[in-house]
Amino acid sequence: MRRLGYEGVVVAAPVSVPYARFSTRTAHAFLGELLRTILARTGLAKARIDGLCVASFSLAPDSAVALTEHFGISARWVDHLPFGGASAILALHRAARAVQAGDAEIVACIAGDTNDPDAFRRSTAAFSRFGQDAAYPYGASGTNATVALLTDHYMRTYGVEAEDLGRICVAQRANAGPYPNALLRSAMTMEDYLASRPVAEPLRLFDCVMPCAGAEGFIVTTRETAEREGLPYANLLAVMERHNAYPDDPIQMRGGWAEGRDDLYAQAGMTPAAIDFAELYDDYPVVVAMQLEDLGFCDKGEAKAFLRAHDLTTAGSFPVNTCGGQLSAGQAGAAGGFLGIVEAVRQLTDTAEGAAVPKADIGLVTGFGMINYDRGLTAGAAILAR
Amino acid sequence: MSAPRRNPVLAPNRATIPPARRSRVATEMSAWAAAGVFALQTCGECEAVQYPPRDVCRNCLSPRLRWRPADGAGALLATTRLHYPYELYFRERAPWRTGIVRLAAGVSVTAFLHPDLGEAPAPAFVTARLDRAGQAALIALPDETANFEVTPMREFTASPKGRKILVTDAASPAGIAMVKAMCAAGAATVWAGRAEPWGVVPGYEEAIAHPAVTVLPLDVTDGDSVTSLAGRIGGRTDIVVNTATYHRPGRALGAMGVESARAEMETTYFGLLRLARAFGPALAARAAEGPNHAVAFVNLFSITALVASPAKATHSAAEAAAYAFAQGMRADMRASGLRVVNVFPGPVDEGWNQLDLPPKIAPDALARATVKALETGVEDVFPDPVARQWYARWRDDPAAFARELAEAGA
Repeated sequence: MRRLGYEGVVVAAPVSVPYARFSTRTAHAFLGELLRTILARTGLAKARIDGLCVASFSLAPDSAVALTEHFGISARWVDHLPFGGASAILALHRAARAVQAGDAEIVACIAGDTNDPDAFRRSTAAFSRFGQDAAYPYGASGTNATVALLTDHYMRTYGVEAEDLGRICVAQRANAGPYPNALLRSAMTMEDYLASRPVAEPLRLFDCVMPCAGAEGFIVTTRETAEREGLPYANLLAVMERHNAYPDDPIQMRGGWAEGRDDLYAQAGMTPAAIDFAELYDDYPVVVAMQLEDLGFCDKGEAKAFLRAHDLTTAGSFPVNTCGGQLSAGQAGAAGGFLGIVEAVRQLTDTAEGAAVPKADIGLVTGFGMINYDRGLTAGAAILAR
Repeated sequence: MSAPRRNPVLAPNRATIPPARRSRVATEMSAWAAAGVFALQTCGECEAVQYPPRDVCRNCLSPRLRWRPADGAGALLATTRLHYPYELYFRERAPWRTGIVRLAAGVSVTAFLHPDLGEAPAPAFVTARLDRAGQAALIALPDETANFEVTPMREFTASPKGRKILVTDAASPAGIAMVKAMCAAGAATVWAGRAEPWGVVPGYEEAIAHPAVTVLPLDVTDGDSVTSLAGRIGGRTDIVVNTATYHRPGRALGAMGVESARAEMETTYFGLLRLARAFGPALAARAAEGPNHAVAFVNLFSITALVASPAKATHSAAEAAAYAFAQGMRADMRASGLRVVNVFPGPVDEGWNQLDLPPKIAPDALARATVKALETGVEDVFPDPVARQWYARWRDDPAAFARELAEAGA
């Protein structure tokens, strides 16, 4: 059965609330500032928001519905997405179908988190039952240990050198330079990257995102509404999500993108060659490398060659994470996964806050999340266009 | 060889433990590891092996998951070295090496790596040991015989080697054997407790002749005796091995007087209570003090602590009381990473068990099993065939087993 497309669904009002390494403000405060900024930039009255989709790790004990009361919104459609770095793609997916079906007209998709010095330890200690039982007792601190193991296996299997993964980090740091909201903007050379201290070998400090506080959001609506309200927008062409793909792989070497990509490109009516720039989920560079393969830009194991042959900066041959990604901007909890969509829509609506991609007509955005035990379970991707 | 003394100007090193929180089903895995078994769940319907522990089969969704001893053979797929773990316990001992092992049973496990196990890919053998939180930890070894007397593997033991050990009653057959076994295992000091200075117990003189042994007066039925000794050596003791017990065979409606039953309680239960209160806090305070820190409290029980033997009704009652108390000790000592090791032999081959039918475990074998339990970090020890059989039936169905024993009258 062929999936219904997304004709007439658009994404608008990309907003980043400035990040802070640590903050005494709550997630509610960040999300409130985000929503206020979205309304201010769009000129929409708060009452026009009839759908609300929320992702946050630090909102407890509240969920999306509590925010309807906190923010004074009477929504007719609400969703709360506990999918970590995949929440943005899943939010887009659900909101798009709600708008398409007429269940809501304007859905605000918002994500935000605060960060205090011990918050990350607390949230990873009880992130999931399998993690609590079988990963955290082995010294895992957040996802570093698990991804270090995947990275070790990936590098060993495909003969990948530290410099190959370093190319991703160095290029993204260059992209972050002109982006004022990035926490890490100072220039980084390959020598700097290679010299950074080992955190969880083979991962270095600059392979790991910096947890921070912040918020990211956008609205999903119909093209008619966006045009009537005078909102710059990007068209949604295709979305995919895949959970617990390849469960029999002894260790993760690919994500659900590999299983869903044919459907994704078919829905968008294009091939990977049509993609002008990509906002690839980048909690670690190995995840970016795997996506280059799984999303069809090169064959499995060929990311090394692809990275050697391409320049990932905004002006380069294959721009990736055009405002620095999470590796340079910081990872504002659940908002980290939203940065890709926010940045892609900015590029597609000529509102980049950092460097603009010279030709940005079609963008690919991805999400990846939920290291439940030994691998990331949820992979998602979307294609957006002018 | 004894460790250098702590510099009194520096703050004492407080004990930290690894994350202890587990789901209920994962705690079952720890209960198996406490008895020295690496067990994984196997589906009772489709035979699929499961990990991490779960509530329904990952393959057929059956709830009939059974714990079975697992084959530890596997392949090491990836390794890492963690330099900045968040938890204090890990941070203090960083870096840690961990890896992913694919077991032949078809599941991937995250495990600590033995230092002799190199980088991936390599064959590996996975075993389950208790960590200092008392929870199961999987460890990948180069082979089954890997040495645990190395950093950080020693964290998963309570090895007597280099430690100062109190054997509370050194004049009993089991006590004599324990003194000799601890000396043979490399204990730095063995304090041999003796309640009564008179009388000669066969084998005792030979046991205390070892240069590591010092005889000290200790009568566990006397509170002053216990606190006095704790004041003298409590701040230096690394392992307490409580061999003090008193038992007289007596059926519930037998001729044995109440005074004998009271004497059993006085030594077996109240003796343990006195020792625990006098020595426990000092052990806990020194649970991270140097490489040979305080590490364990060993209770020499009987399998009748778990299920009463009608032929030894009063003895079983005292054992059960002491065992119940030991569960409380385990909970209170957990926060400092101390192990409470409970040894549950069947009949021991000594005078008061003369009329028990063989097989009976020799005191030397009992002591060797205790040393091995400390060296492998096991907390629940079933050292002989009778004990293992009773334990298996008790685990399977304690209510049915109790009725079975009552009907057998044994």
